[in-house]
Amino acid sequence: MTRPGPETRSVVIERDIPYPPEKLWRALTQPHLIAEWLMENDFAPTVGHRFNLRGAWGGVLDCEVLAIEPNRTLSYSWDFASDDPAYALKSVVTFTLTPTAGGTHLRMEQAGFRPDQKQAFGGAHAGWKGFFDKLQDVVARPD
Amino acid sequence: MSTAHDALFRTLADPTRRAIFERLCRDGEQTVGALTAFAGVSQPAVSKHLGVLKQAGFVRDRQEGRNTHYSARLDALGPLSDWTRQMTGFWETRLDRFEDLLKRMDQ
Repeated sequence: MTRPGPETRSVVIERDIPYPPEKLWRALTQPHLIAEWLMENDFAPTVGHRFNLRGAWGGVLDCEVLAIEPNRTLSYSWDFASDDPAYALKSVVTFTLTPTAGGTHLRMEQAGFRPDQKQAFGGAHAGWKGFFDKLQDVVARPD
Repeated sequence: MSTAHDALFRTLADPTRRAIFERLCRDGEQTVGALTAFAGVSQPAVSKHLGVLKQAGFVRDRQEGRNTHYSARLDALGPLSDWTRQMTGFWETRLDRFEDLLKRMDQ
């Protein structure tokens, strides 16, 4: 199994939630609860379990549980197959729960490239992050 | 997502081309001669890369006497941030629902 390396693009959202990790964990791992906030699904909390997330828009995501550590970490692949490479996506979603004084710190990360982009980069894409970092410096620099 | 992304990524997939573009971003406007000295490839090769970059909207050129000056167009990178922005919007909405659900759950 190949998983995106640290050089891939990602979306990270962090929130402090006033409930204990155990409660968040139930909402993250029980299918009828997942359906209420995310999508219809046949999720099961077992590494290697393959499942689908079915969006109200008709799209179906192919997923596989990659890592699970009760009340702490849940990670699954989040792939969208499409004949049109512009819409195909391979990514990994990871939820990390950290107990805090007031409840739980939730971190959600989705990391990945579209497959065609990964190919386009070939061996050169390791330099991509550095490129963007540098570019950001340039863009942030006052004229 | 669109084929516009593919064109942008393809254009920057070539390491020499990317190095030329980075150089223009960092150091501002340059002549083909200056870029050739830096890139370590022949002037025709640099000109060809600049042609591809120009066609993809990454650089603009300006004629001055016998020299053509090239500069970077940073706005060309705008579409590349779309994916991140779209997914961030998606997850913010879903996590709002997640928190609403937690309020409704027992315990």
